[in-house]
Amino acid sequence: MSKWTRRAFLTTSAVAGGGVVIGVAMRPGNQVNDLADKIGPEGGKLVHTYVKIDEDNAVTAIIPHSEMGQGVHTALGQMLAEELEADWDQVNVVEAPALGEYANYSLGRTYLLTGIDFPKILIPSIDGAMMGVADSLDMQITGGSMSVRTSGILSMRVAGAATREMLERAAADAWNVPVEEVFAEKSFLVHGRTSRREPFSAFVNKVASMTPSYTPAFKRPEDYKIVGRYVPRRDIPSKVDGSAKFAMDVNLPGMLYATVLRSPVPGGKVVSMQDNDARNVEGVHEVLVIPSASYSTMVGGFTAGETVAVVADSYWSASKALQQIDVQWSEVGYEEVSSETIFSQFDKDISAKTERQADVTQGDAEAIFAGATKVIDAEYNVPFLAHTCMEPLNATADVRGGQAEIWVGCQNPLGFRRAVADSLGLESEKVKLHNHVMGGGFGRKSVPDYALQAAHISSMVGAPVQLIWSREEDVRQDFYRPAVKSRFRAAFDQEDNLIGWSNTYTNKNEPVEAPLIPYSVPAQDIGYVSSPTHVPFGAWRSVDHSQHGFFTESFIDEAAHAAQKDPFEFRANLLNDKPRHLAVLSKVADEAKWSDPLPAGRGRGISLQESFGSIVAQVVEVTVTNGKISVDRVVAAIDPGLAVAPDGLAAQIESGIIYGLTAAMYGEISIEEGAVVQGNFNDYESIRMDDSPVIETHIINSGHDIGGAGEPGTPGIAPAVANAVFDATGIRVRLLPLNNFDLNYLVEEEGVAG
Amino acid sequence: MSTSFSINGIAQLVDVDPSKPLLWVIREQLSLSGTKFGCGIGQCGACTVHVDGQAIRSCLTPVSSVEGKEVTTIEGLVSASGELHPVQQAWVDHQVPQCGYCQSGQIMSASALLARSPQPTDKEIDGALRGNICRCGMYGRIRKAIKSVDIAKADDALFYNVAEVDHV
Repeated sequence: MSKWTRRAFLTTSAVAGGGVVIGVAMRPGNQVNDLADKIGPEGGKLVHTYVKIDEDNAVTAIIPHSEMGQGVHTALGQMLAEELEADWDQVNVVEAPALGEYANYSLGRTYLLTGIDFPKILIPSIDGAMMGVADSLDMQITGGSMSVRTSGILSMRVAGAATREMLERAAADAWNVPVEEVFAEKSFLVHGRTSRREPFSAFVNKVASMTPSYTPAFKRPEDYKIVGRYVPRRDIPSKVDGSAKFAMDVNLPGMLYATVLRSPVPGGKVVSMQDNDARNVEGVHEVLVIPSASYSTMVGGFTAGETVAVVADSYWSASKALQQIDVQWSEVGYEEVSSETIFSQFDKDISAKTERQADVTQGDAEAIFAGATKVIDAEYNVPFLAHTCMEPLNATADVRGGQAEIWVGCQNPLGFRRAVADSLGLESEKVKLHNHVMGGGFGRKSVPDYALQAAHISSMVGAPVQLIWSREEDVRQDFYRPAVKSRFRAAFDQEDNLIGWSNTYTNKNEPVEAPLIPYSVPAQDIGYVSSPTHVPFGAWRSVDHSQHGFFTESFIDEAAHAAQKDPFEFRANLLNDKPRHLAVLSKVADEAKWSDPLPAGRGRGISLQESFGSIVAQVVEVTVTNGKISVDRVVAAIDPGLAVAPDGLAAQIESGIIYGLTAAMYGEISIEEGAVVQGNFNDYESIRMDDSPVIETHIINSGHDIGGAGEPGTPGIAPAVANAVFDATGIRVRLLPLNNFDLNYLVEEEGVAG
Repeated sequence: MSTSFSINGIAQLVDVDPSKPLLWVIREQLSLSGTKFGCGIGQCGACTVHVDGQAIRSCLTPVSSVEGKEVTTIEGLVSASGELHPVQQAWVDHQVPQCGYCQSGQIMSASALLARSPQPTDKEIDGALRGNICRCGMYGRIRKAIKSVDIAKADDALFYNVAEVDHV
């Protein structure tokens, strides 16, 4: 490997066939020749790691992130095209292949080095170093609402602007005019004084000898023509006519179908198995046991127990056969565990302050509580949740002759490639991974267990195999949003000012700031205890914010009512040093007409949550009739800094709200005898058309750093609904899902009008 | 045993287990991959197709039951000249899909509804579409897209769901 010099990061070269490749490879050594070959199709010219320009002047933006419905390919394409001054109608967007060159160095930089301000001069070196780190960690991750604010800002914008600068210089040289007089416009280079105008493609060869800048000049946001505007999403046409190819739509010659079953209690092994009936099902080829899998990297890992697999000539046959197999699983020691025992364990650990760690210690909370005029306390629970992506987990593999090819929809193609390679004992280079659009991801498709299963089955039968999980397996073998208990106390002085906030909850994951409150409360003591369970943890849309949004925004509402203040006013008064938060909260209150009275039986609730760099406030209106909750309307306001794709952002907010509303109303994975009880949409329900609210989204472009879009809509919906239910009924719901709560009983009991 | 039926206007004869669900015949035997598997128990609607114009869940429908009938899948909504069905076009205009996995089923349910009720009420939309889950939660856009099909107001297509954008 070449030395890590500045020169080594910058690469230019000519490729065979007369084409030209110019690259900011952003990594040691020169890989752009190889890269051009791998990007295809024929004839295109890679002018930057992320930019290809064809002879017909079409520009291709190469996007190092997966598409799971969030519109990332379009949004990142917009960012690149904007700085390149490309004609959006002539821009294609493609997903980068699973190659080390497309590891998310920028995501890595943000993830690993957040909070460090680098001198500008060091940025190229740091990017180069981060590229190496990202590559060695096999990070090609889509998650954490990160794509726009990492790759978008640090890769797409840079690539677009650097390419434009090179094109401008090449045109100036060719026309023998000062570079300052040349500008790019709609995929053409223009010199006004001499009325010259030629397409980008005319200068691609000249750009060959140039060195792209790492710190090109960016456009001013007020000059944006593509970013911040409505552009139709590029992936949508193929999603209305059935032509979009999800991983399950792969059909290989001679392909067999498989379906699988793991132990109901995670980690169990096959003790014995009656599979005669299964083997007799017409079309069945094999019944296999795949060994346990365990995989860990610096950015996460998993363990999964043994798998029984049926391989057949049809999914239908495999599925029928699997249902006829009687497996006796080994006991793993969690057979007595239930949701009830888990929550009593949480209760015990919170009371005992087991290994309590502090998130925030501010002021003298102990003294404040001791001297308070009034103290209130409350305790909240949320259950485990499954992801239930619409597309059940599936992967297709062809593992023969010491090589593997995998077709999958996943949130980390490089990571999956490495996991498959390691699991099969192959070098990563021997594994070719084709990543497909995902039928939902929500965090689940960052864990490669299903791809490893497909690879092992194909390897064992020596044929291409498409593995499809049943929905029941998908629900029961998930990596779950954890169940969490959270206990609060609030202290008030004699004027009903909130002066103390104390919170202890079980088990911390990410993001670290999730349990923090934006409100100015002088004494705060926020922390967590360790209370592990055997139920596998997974990142679930908005991760820890999904529970803490509910906890903190419900309890601040309780505090407002305890202080006999309006919940909006109460929050607003505690946001004097948080102008962005206050602006978002005020916006949503205005738009929702917060102060307008509602008839009996209806109620409004409000919430405010910052997550993933964006601030979201929501007002929910509910009607409670005979104890049944109808969520009628949600008004949301978001300050994402800048909305790159405003309609896409609104769609993500709507989506995040419905995803969170499903959890708030219905979501519950319960544990009995160590195993997940639910199995399909009949007992793990989802919001449907007839119970989905009207949602309107208001966007505030504050000009601050760009925030995330995919997750920030989710945390605030559950508390806003629960707060609205309180407004309508006077009943405070502290346990989710709301549907479990017998409001009707309590309505009668407490004599509150329904 | 073989079953004969028409799919997207083309006669087909398939020789499979008569109890095999239509979904898997469509995907595996007929290589039409636009119809999706979501739950296998008729709860999610991803597998919705038309049989003689009625929206049905193909994951629960034995292929033998469509003997002699006309089956239409998402691919069959597109006209011979490649023009999108008005419902498909409305889905594009309203930027309905996110992940898109459920949308074939949503569109098949919506197009069957509109065929029998050209200007459906909210209640009719609720009834006809409640069998189709969208985990991306695009119900509001689906409702607006359905309602737009007859009125076809192109202006509404843009920014229709962003109430406004404030520039500070």
